[in-house]
Amino acid sequence: MRGIGKSFPGVRALDDVSLQLYAGEVLALVGENGAGKSTLMKILAGAQPADTGRIFVDGSAVRIDTPGAAERLGIGMIYQEFNLVPALNAVENIVLGNEPHHGIFLDERAARERASAVLVELGIALPLDVETARLSVAQQQMIEIAKVLSKRARIVVMDEPSAALSERETDRLFDIIARLRARGVGIVYISHRMEELPRVADRITVLRDGHAIETRVAKEFPADDIIRAMVGRRLDAHFPELPPVAAGAPVALSVRNLARPPAVNGVSFEVRSGEIVGFSGLVGAGRTEILRAISGADVPLHGEVDVGGQRVRVLQPSDGIAAGIAFITEDRKSQGLVLGMTVRENITLAHVGEFVGRDLLVNRAKETQATNHFIAELRIRTPSPEQLVRNLSGGNQQKVVLAKWLLGHARVFLFDEPTRGIDVGSKAEIYNLMISLARNGAGIVMVSSDLPEILGMSHRVCVVRGGAIVREFLRGEATPDAVIAAATGAA
Amino acid sequence: MADEQIQEPLEASARQERSKRLRAYWLRVIGALVGLVVVAVVINVFAKGTFLAWGNIVQVLRQISYNCIMGVGQTFVIITAGIDLSIGSLVSLTGVVMALFANAMHFGGLPLVVATLAVGIAVGALAGYVNALPVVRLNLPPFITTLAMMMIAVGLSYKISHGRPIPLQSGAFQGIGIGAFLGGLTRAMHVHDIPNPVIWMIVIVAVGSILLTKTRFGRYVFALGGNEEAARLAGVNVRRIKTLVYVISGVCAGIVGFLYMALFSSGSPQTGTGDEMLEAIAAVVVGGTSLMGGRGSIVGTFFGALLIGMLYNVMNLLNVESYTQKIVLGAVILLAVVLDETRKRYLAKT
Repeated sequence: MRGIGKSFPGVRALDDVSLQLYAGEVLALVGENGAGKSTLMKILAGAQPADTGRIFVDGSAVRIDTPGAAERLGIGMIYQEFNLVPALNAVENIVLGNEPHHGIFLDERAARERASAVLVELGIALPLDVETARLSVAQQQMIEIAKVLSKRARIVVMDEPSAALSERETDRLFDIIARLRARGVGIVYISHRMEELPRVADRITVLRDGHAIETRVAKEFPADDIIRAMVGRRLDAHFPELPPVAAGAPVALSVRNLARPPAVNGVSFEVRSGEIVGFSGLVGAGRTEILRAISGADVPLHGEVDVGGQRVRVLQPSDGIAAGIAFITEDRKSQGLVLGMTVRENITLAHVGEFVGRDLLVNRAKETQATNHFIAELRIRTPSPEQLVRNLSGGNQQKVVLAKWLLGHARVFLFDEPTRGIDVGSKAEIYNLMISLARNGAGIVMVSSDLPEILGMSHRVCVVRGGAIVREFLRGEATPDAVIAAATGAA
Repeated sequence: MADEQIQEPLEASARQERSKRLRAYWLRVIGALVGLVVVAVVINVFAKGTFLAWGNIVQVLRQISYNCIMGVGQTFVIITAGIDLSIGSLVSLTGVVMALFANAMHFGGLPLVVATLAVGIAVGALAGYVNALPVVRLNLPPFITTLAMMMIAVGLSYKISHGRPIPLQSGAFQGIGIGAFLGGLTRAMHVHDIPNPVIWMIVIVAVGSILLTKTRFGRYVFALGGNEEAARLAGVNVRRIKTLVYVISGVCAGIVGFLYMALFSSGSPQTGTGDEMLEAIAAVVVGGTSLMGGRGSIVGTFFGALLIGMLYNVMNLLNVESYTQKIVLGAVILLAVVLDETRKRYLAKT
């Protein structure tokens, strides 16, 4: 790709960006949200036209104006949000749009053979007859990869493929990537995870504000340099310092024998005021489900929950909110935000009642005032409180979700993957926010699949496996090896 | 944190954004009005001056009032990404029930009118509640549950009326259906009468619009239409809000049933079982409310109903026969929605 430029109203998304990908290499593309990674890849995939610049495949200039054209050129995309039909099985998804047939009839045997051939080649074992909706995220991702390969893709773009995977699943993914590379497939690997780059990438390109800042061989590009190139300034410490929990701090949240089989099987723990407890574990271990059962998103079968020493009965989310529990969900778009509503409407959604005047009408001026306060305090980058949340970047959307929960009087904050898929700068701001919440006496539970984050941001680490807490580490004791061992059942 | 420094320009930009939106809104309204006036003048020439006669305009408003009131209730339902197919048959059911009730009472005058209206509203609300039950409890699609209610309500109204219109014995309703609002005043001022249903429509559009845009309930309606799970996790009582929108729709149907009953001086099982329901939905969609939920307005529904009403009226004045009228109406509804979508895509690009 040479000299690619693209403008959106008010934003120059890409400015003269050039990129080279060789056959059989993995090129990592990193950059903060809004740096232009997604736009660049959408142009390559034919989902958006470029304003300027040209694209060459195998040395000859090509026109990619539709996704179909990209596919014919052997360019395959694996988006963060998968494009699978949930009701179809693996085979049907892999051959979708390309079904082998006899006349008007589908040739199911040929379809199966073709799908298994690709899967065997990749060394993937999958249940073939099960609805895709019932497979794990990792398995669905493998179907995506197989689907792209069955169309003979020679260039594969993966957008944050490891974001939803556990450590072990990520290892599997890297095995598959190694096989692809050996076959001569060129891979563009978009990621926010510094620590995996040296493992997976041959070269690394950093994008910032629509410019390709720097490209280096991965071995010669240490994480500090990458981060400096991404943010344009040096971030001193990756994680801010945790203030110690005051001796004798009261218990903010106490959970005993919480159960909601099959995902949650008898969970007991306490969080003190000012304490951050990290929940680590593999995907599917039941961490999210524990938070859902505490907050009222799901109704627990049995168990006791005390907030600030008071027994609470949480049967629906509004009960949890009334009890002072804020649940910041993992999936912003499907659970945290109403994308078609404004920043103001999203921030006040859980507490609109506080803005209703005596005339029973919502006081918009008061709402705007509160919204502006959070826009300033959390540094939400939005042109105005009336901007639709849809138009904000991921990090800023996450800040809107946080503002929604800061608006109330919650004493307990349950964070589910608070920094997934957001840029380094926003991450640091969210860490600082968690710390200031803890300073003010809140009790915090943080579920995260990012091990450094768990180790860096928790006073205590609970490892979840099979819907129960299997190990607990104090801050000093938690090492990556020990936590992974407990999570995988190796210890 | 330098709150004040950031706050100031933020508030300014919020004001700017709002005034920009407001300007875009008024541009649209004024554009639509100018367009309407131009078209109206042209049509008026063709119709030899009958179209823009005050009497004709009032006539169009009266004709659209029934569908428009149904459309108001329907707008709430559609913004939650639902649909209510039962409203037409609820008009006939409430009409029949009210007529039977009024004839069974031994008092008359205003108390009878108020009591009868209350019965109609109660029946409509109850039917709306029943509509919502399987939707909120079992997550069934409202298309099916309200389709079932449509059939049940039609059957019920034929059964309890034995298939015949039930004439009202009391004369108390006459003024409401065909009478004029403050008729003495309008006649003293030598202007044309404003029929009562038009006043009902104006009041219901105004109340509905305030309810939808200015209250907590309205906010929740949009939120749950835009993202039900996010709304639920934010503590919105999704079941209650969903139930309420179907109840509102049923109440609107009850009011229309009342107005029709008063107009015809009888409760008939045939009223409202024609194209009324479909035209009310058409008015909502032509008015810019998204069938996918999360977006829409009641003022838009009013203009949608007005457009459809004017079309009928024009075609009548130009002596277009009724079969052709339907074809034209269908084409215009499609065109209106296509134009609106094109405009939105254009705006999204620039």
